[in-house]
Amino acid sequence: MNPYLVPGLIVVILVTVGIGVYGLRFARTTSDFLVASRSVSPAWNAAAISGEYLSAASFLGVAGLILRYGVDVLWYPVGFAAGYLALLLFVAAPLRRSGAFTLPDFCQVRLGSPLLRGLASVFVVFIGCLYLVPQLQGAGLTFTTVTGGSYAWGALLVGVVVTANVALGGMRAITFVQAFQYWLKLTALAVPVIFLALQWQSDGRPPVTPEAGATFQVATTVVIEQDATVDGIPVEKGQQLTFAAGDPVPPVSTVDARFSADWLLPGDDGTLFATYSLILATFLGTMGLPHVLVRFYTNPDGASARRTTLVVLGLVGTFYLLPTLYGVLGRIYTPQLLMTGRTDAVVLLLPEAALGGGHLGRLLGALVTAGALAAFLSTSSGLLTSVAGVVFTDVLRAGRSGSIRDFRLATVLAACLPVLLSLYVSNMDVSRVVGLAFAVAASSFCPLLVLGIWWRRLTDVGAIAGVLAGGGASMAAVLITVLGPPLHGWPADAVGQPAAWTVPLAFLVMVVGSLLTSRRVPADVGATMLRLHAPEALRV
Amino acid sequence: MAADDPIEPSSADGGAAPRRTRVVLGEAAARRRPADRARADLAEQTPVGEALVKGLVRAQLALALRLALVVVIALGALPLLFAVAPGVAGVKVLGVYLPWLLLGLLSFPFLIGVGWAYVRWAERNEQDFIALIRRPEQ
Repeated sequence: MNPYLVPGLIVVILVTVGIGVYGLRFARTTSDFLVASRSVSPAWNAAAISGEYLSAASFLGVAGLILRYGVDVLWYPVGFAAGYLALLLFVAAPLRRSGAFTLPDFCQVRLGSPLLRGLASVFVVFIGCLYLVPQLQGAGLTFTTVTGGSYAWGALLVGVVVTANVALGGMRAITFVQAFQYWLKLTALAVPVIFLALQWQSDGRPPVTPEAGATFQVATTVVIEQDATVDGIPVEKGQQLTFAAGDPVPPVSTVDARFSADWLLPGDDGTLFATYSLILATFLGTMGLPHVLVRFYTNPDGASARRTTLVVLGLVGTFYLLPTLYGVLGRIYTPQLLMTGRTDAVVLLLPEAALGGGHLGRLLGALVTAGALAAFLSTSSGLLTSVAGVVFTDVLRAGRSGSIRDFRLATVLAACLPVLLSLYVSNMDVSRVVGLAFAVAASSFCPLLVLGIWWRRLTDVGAIAGVLAGGGASMAAVLITVLGPPLHGWPADAVGQPAAWTVPLAFLVMVVGSLLTSRRVPADVGATMLRLHAPEALRV
Repeated sequence: MAADDPIEPSSADGGAAPRRTRVVLGEAAARRRPADRARADLAEQTPVGEALVKGLVRAQLALALRLALVVVIALGALPLLFAVAPGVAGVKVLGVYLPWLLLGLLSFPFLIGVGWAYVRWAERNEQDFIALIRRPEQ
């Protein structure tokens, strides 16, 4: 095993816990725990939002998908970044001015309906859990890849560290932890990529897609772990296959990937629905993610919320330039992943595969693994904080009298379900599960926020109907995808990437429902609109 | 009680550091807006005040929709373009296929540019609104 690995991971955990404990000195009241007393500067805030957002899906999953499917999945990083533009254009400043802390709070402020508030709480918990699962899954995968230990221990370890950190320090500490983790993640991908590019140059620029498809760089022996068909020939469990350097990587029946040179080019018409569905989910889903929204309440005013979002767009966009390079270089240096199907591990394995097992390769390998750990820790901390916030307010009903002890109880409650789920779904693509969480967010909270902020005639009945229709449909699609039998033909597309029909459905039902119940428009809608849109300067 | 009400007074030295404010989660839902004269005037100026706010909301929404349309046309048309005209996807620029260059590299500065333009124009809209409200008082 890589000798730099354990010290690297211990440093990341120690610094995370250390900053958490340091932050604890400032956390005195409930508000310190939940919104950092609104005294965080835009630069810190933007780095913290980016640190929180760049999850296991971005750090490991995107590169893995690119290695597997090629140019079609570049829409994942583009969409993950573009989501912040949609957030900036339609939501950032008015949401901050609404003065609400969580999505259920926004529902209460805008429409004053306890029923809608309860429904929103259910969706926050569902989306939060759905998004926490792939983080823990990524942690388990990393643990298996780098130590050879069991998947479950990796997932449990990260789950416990995150729960302890959130329960002890809350968000005040999390802000600094996450700002640190953004820069760690960026460094962990950017520094190795320089060496990888130099290595590629000195290897005489091997082509990404040779005529014969992906090939092995060095002689490789593969042990078959389950019955399958390799290159048309049936193989059995326990059998060993040896490939010489320069041999093409054979297609394996149990792994879905693109092997030939068409990997470089966009797919045919069949993928068009899935592509647009993905674009819709990622562009509009970001604004509905609970851990993203809660961050905006830590800005001092609407204008700074806008500027913070712009900085976030820059930071996130810079980061997403890197996973693509890992995916492409992985095609050259780690083609065996196309056989095993563990493409999510490409970022972790690439440094040692390309630079050899010397000190440089191992050091960079440890750096990348440390970055991956930071990715799980930061995103899961943010998610857990916001889910725990909702459990604290709307499930435990701890209002004014809510103590920090109740918040800690809420944190532990919120952590249980995702940890259990992550042990169950160990074999799904990390980015795919995240894509599903985006689809649910885009079909429930996106219409609620956009119409709530910009359309006076929205009513509580319309909003509830829209969230139930769009969010319910996408939630059902997610449950079928994760738990149900495999589907074929057009139902597979419609259920696997539901956003293209659930988002329009949610908007439609919400608008029609509101128009039908126009007498229920809140009486104070004028005052609410003024509060959402008027600059703070007018309030003094 | 509003979120912005200072409960703990700022430090005695006049507070170069940002003031700590105390906010309590459960109250965000239950609280009423503070009785604030300038805002109340604006809120209660029935037809005129309402029209002013509607104007601001409309201006901001039009700006956001216009920029969103730019993104939808520029990025949203790409999958269709690649599907309808596969020849375009096969074009190489500097040795890299066009789709990789457009999506993997150029889309990010484009998104940031649109965001920058929005922040600039949205703030100008707000300043125009403030100027409009404050003019009668001068």
